Amino acid sequence: MEDKLLEIKHLKQYFNIGRPNQVKAVDDVSFDIYRGETLGLVGESGCGKSTTGRTIIRLYDATSGQVLFNGENVHGKKSNSELKKFNRKMQMIFQDPYASLNPRMTVADIIAEGIDIHGLAKGKKERMERVYELLETVGLNKEHANRYPHEFSGGQRQRIGIARALAVEPEFIIADEPISALDVSIQAQVVNLMKKLQREKGLTYLFIAHDLSMVKYISDRIGVMYFGKLVELAPADDLYKNAMHPYTKSLLSAIPLPDPESERTRRRILYDPASHHYGENEKVEMREIAPGHLVYCSENEFEQYKTQYKK
Amino acid sequence: MEKILEVKDLKVSFQVYGGEVQAVRGINFDLYKGETLAVVGESGSGKSVLNQTIMKLIPMPPGKITGGQILFHGQDIVKKTDKEMEKIRGKEISMIFQDPMTSLNPTMKVGHQIMEVLLKHQNMKSQQAKERAIELLRLVGIPMPEKRVNQYPHEFSGGMRQRAMIAIALAANPSLLIADEPTTALDVTIQAQILELMKDLQKKMDTSIIFITHDLGVVANVADRVAVMYAGQIVEIGTVDEIFYDPRHPYTWGLLASMPSLDSDHKSELAAIPGTPPDLTNPPKGDAFAARNQYAMAIDFEEEPPMFQISETHFAKTWLLHPDAPKVEPPEAVKRKMRKLSSTFDKPVLVKEGK
Repeated sequence: MEDKLLEIKHLKQYFNIGRPNQVKAVDDVSFDIYRGETLGLVGESGCGKSTTGRTIIRLYDATSGQVLFNGENVHGKKSNSELKKFNRKMQMIFQDPYASLNPRMTVADIIAEGIDIHGLAKGKKERMERVYELLETVGLNKEHANRYPHEFSGGQRQRIGIARALAVEPEFIIADEPISALDVSIQAQVVNLMKKLQREKGLTYLFIAHDLSMVKYISDRIGVMYFGKLVELAPADDLYKNAMHPYTKSLLSAIPLPDPESERTRRRILYDPASHHYGENEKVEMREIAPGHLVYCSENEFEQYKTQYKK
Repeated sequence: MEKILEVKDLKVSFQVYGGEVQAVRGINFDLYKGETLAVVGESGSGKSVLNQTIMKLIPMPPGKITGGQILFHGQDIVKKTDKEMEKIRGKEISMIFQDPMTSLNPTMKVGHQIMEVLLKHQNMKSQQAKERAIELLRLVGIPMPEKRVNQYPHEFSGGMRQRAMIAIALAANPSLLIADEPTTALDVTIQAQILELMKDLQKKMDTSIIFITHDLGVVANVADRVAVMYAGQIVEIGTVDEIFYDPRHPYTWGLLASMPSLDSDHKSELAAIPGTPPDLTNPPKGDAFAARNQYAMAIDFEEEPPMFQISETHFAKTWLLHPDAPKVEPPEAVKRKMRKLSSTFDKPVLVKEGK
């Protein structure tokens, strides 16, 4: 099997524990991310997909469960130097390119912040050279270094965000809805850039989004989340051809396609969580119905799905 | 079919520090009764300004209608005073906005916000208006409307709020509904519900809809006709089939090709449109799209292309349709879906200016 970069084991993230408004944002989620792949995470707002990303990178302290990065646990007590090491290897790109760049800092300082903190450049000259190089990597140029974020368009700002993430030479990038705030014509530019960087630098991505057609395009494997649970995890093509979990089916049937003919004949499938009729003692968990294709189901459903599954 | 709206050579600009932004630069289109016209284009293409102008919602100054007419049921809206517009807004033309949280009043009960329209435009008594409000909430698919009518917007979810917005917009039976990205802030499943609801209500009430969006999937779902906007102009307009199966403008090609389709091979690169839209304080000479257009010819940088007519309903503004232009092949992703439509003319016809 391929090399696992990240193992997420029974990750739980609860908020307001013990209070009446307790929320199980992420509820016992387990999956692996392999080196060099893109894992897409989809689901509707509030399903816990962003929280999963943020807990993995330790923006939240996990309630329980483990996140193993290269075999080492990310959570738990850490010294400052250990933390620094992790922060360098994992970076994040945020959704809103307007809110995630400090308006009072120049682009050069934004990008170089990580370089300064981790002491990756000896002297001013090397620091600026790194910044110029990064700007060029993401399709901007040298002249942009001394400008401020407000002078850039949304697509350009997202490129600055990507350059900032790349500055510390990470292995793993969490992209939380990186293109949702951008125009269609610009979305493709950013997605192409992310794919190019992945090819050149061997990056691993966790790509969180709700635009399923874009997720399908960029991802090798896709996980579908519903109310804090991972309900299906499969290779991208397989998920679209052989969706098993009724929630995945309903989600797929809701995507409008840019094709008037198929839109006229489209039938939406509705998902009712009560349709599973899980018994009290029935064990519901992720089960592998085909190599690499996992579905959250009970024993009975498991048999049923396996017969339904088409090669 | 009955025309309810005719926009003729409309021009809108804004005085800003640093010059005059020409947001809408000469737009012509008609809207028929009961149809849905989708307006697509990227941010800054002028699609929202166009529609706010139809409602006369642009702040004047700095905004200014510098030319053209908007004929609504034969009457020119451009000349109407604010007082006269009050009788039209909400009653004849209403609007649904993108963000249902910021467009509902958080301090007013949802029922009251619906009743406001009924009291003002329908001269209803308050009791009668409340009953109608409950009826409208039921119509837009909100469960337990008797209880919901007395709740505040924060007690509603995003999808429910958008339904409440639709109820307000439809309260006075408007003949024109302008929907400005009404589903962009919603999840796909909720989006599908709202779109179904809008189509259903349109059938019942025979309302005309102008639907602004940048999601081509949504366009394919709701539209009868599509207008593609770029840099303040309509560059292509036609029926939904003509735009998706026989697009003629390179910008439309670019839009269609930059969307991954579910069956596309994910190893191939997306055909992104390079660059960014032009600055409309100084619109470029010639074709505004020329700088980003891989098919641009010398004339595109010199002279603005005229409208060419491809069928009874299909128009495109590009020199590529000129008889002397070289034959070009659209991108692969667009070509795969191309098909011959029976209504197409043998040859594109040049449309005389001032149509």
